[in-house]
Amino acid sequence: MSQHEEQHTQHSIGYGRYILIWLGLLAFTGITVTLAGIDLGRWVIITSLVIASIKSILVLNVFMHLKFEDKMFKIFVLVAVATLVIFISLTFFDYAFY
Amino acid sequence: MTTAATTHTHRDDVGSRMGMWLFLFTELILFGGLFIIYAVYRFKFPEQFSLAARELDTLIGTVNTIILLTSSLTVALSITAIQQGKKHLSMMLIGMTIIFALAFLVNKYFEWSHKISIGIYPQSPELLNKPPGEILYFGLYYVMTGLHALHVIIGMVVLLFSMVFIASGKINQQSYVKLEAGGLYWHLVDIIWIFLFPLFYLIS
Repeated sequence: MSQHEEQHTQHSIGYGRYILIWLGLLAFTGITVTLAGIDLGRWVIITSLVIASIKSILVLNVFMHLKFEDKMFKIFVLVAVATLVIFISLTFFDYAFY
Repeated sequence: MTTAATTHTHRDDVGSRMGMWLFLFTELILFGGLFIIYAVYRFKFPEQFSLAARELDTLIGTVNTIILLTSSLTVALSITAIQQGKKHLSMMLIGMTIIFALAFLVNKYFEWSHKISIGIYPQSPELLNKPPGEILYFGLYYVMTGLHALHVIIGMVVLLFSMVFIASGKINQQSYVKLEAGGLYWHLVDIIWIFLFPLFYLIS
C-alpha cells in the first residue's frame, strides 16, 4: 500500500461509521447481559467470551484502525493474541487433566 | 492532497503507531498473566466463583461498560475531527472522553467502598471466613479491576496532555500521531474491560 492510499483510507473513516460500530457494541453488551440473566449453565462462559471477542474485534478493526493499517500490524496482533491463547490453553494441561 | 512533505511525516507516523502497538502487547501480557490466574482458579472453584459474583452489582458493571464504550467512541471521533482540521470539536470530544473516564472511576469508587463497608476487602475477617474460591475471586477482583482503574487514570492524563497539545498546536491536522497513540491506549483499556465485565459480573 502506498503512502498516498493510506492517507486516503485514514480520511475515509467518517463519524457515521464510528457511531454505527458504537451502536453495535452497545447491542452486543445488551445481548451478553440478557444471556447472563438466562440460566445457560456452563454455556454462559462460552457465550460471554465469544461476544467479548466479537466486541474486541470491532474495537481493534475500526476504533483502533487496524483494518486500515499495514499487513505487518495485523501479523503482530495475531502473534500477540496467539501467544496469550497458547499460554492459557497450555496452562490447562496442568489443571484439567490430572 | 499529498505533498512530499506530508508523505515524509506520514512514514514516521507508521513507525510511531507500530511502537505504540508493541507497547500495547506488553500490556496485553501483563493483564494476560492475571487472566491465566483467573482461568485456573475459576476452573478449580466454579461454584464458589459464581456464588461470590452475586455480591457484584450487574447494573453498575453494565453502566460502566456503556460509559467506557462511549468514551472509546468519543476518542475515535476526536481523531476524525482533527484530521478534518476541526480543532475545537476535537478538544471537546477528548474533554468528553475524560469526563466519561471520571464517571467510570466515580462508579468504581462507590462500588469498592460499598464492598469495603460490608467487610469484603483483602485480608478482612469477613472475607477470610469464606471458602477459598470466594477469597480468590475477590482477590482477583480487587487486583484486576484495580490495575484496570490505574490504566484509566493514566489514560486520562495522556488524553489531558493530548488536549493541551491540540490547544498549543503541537497536535494539528497534519500531525496527529500523538493523539492516535493516546487513542490506541484508551481503546486497549476498553478492550480489557470488555473481558473483565463478563468474567466478574456475569457469572453468578
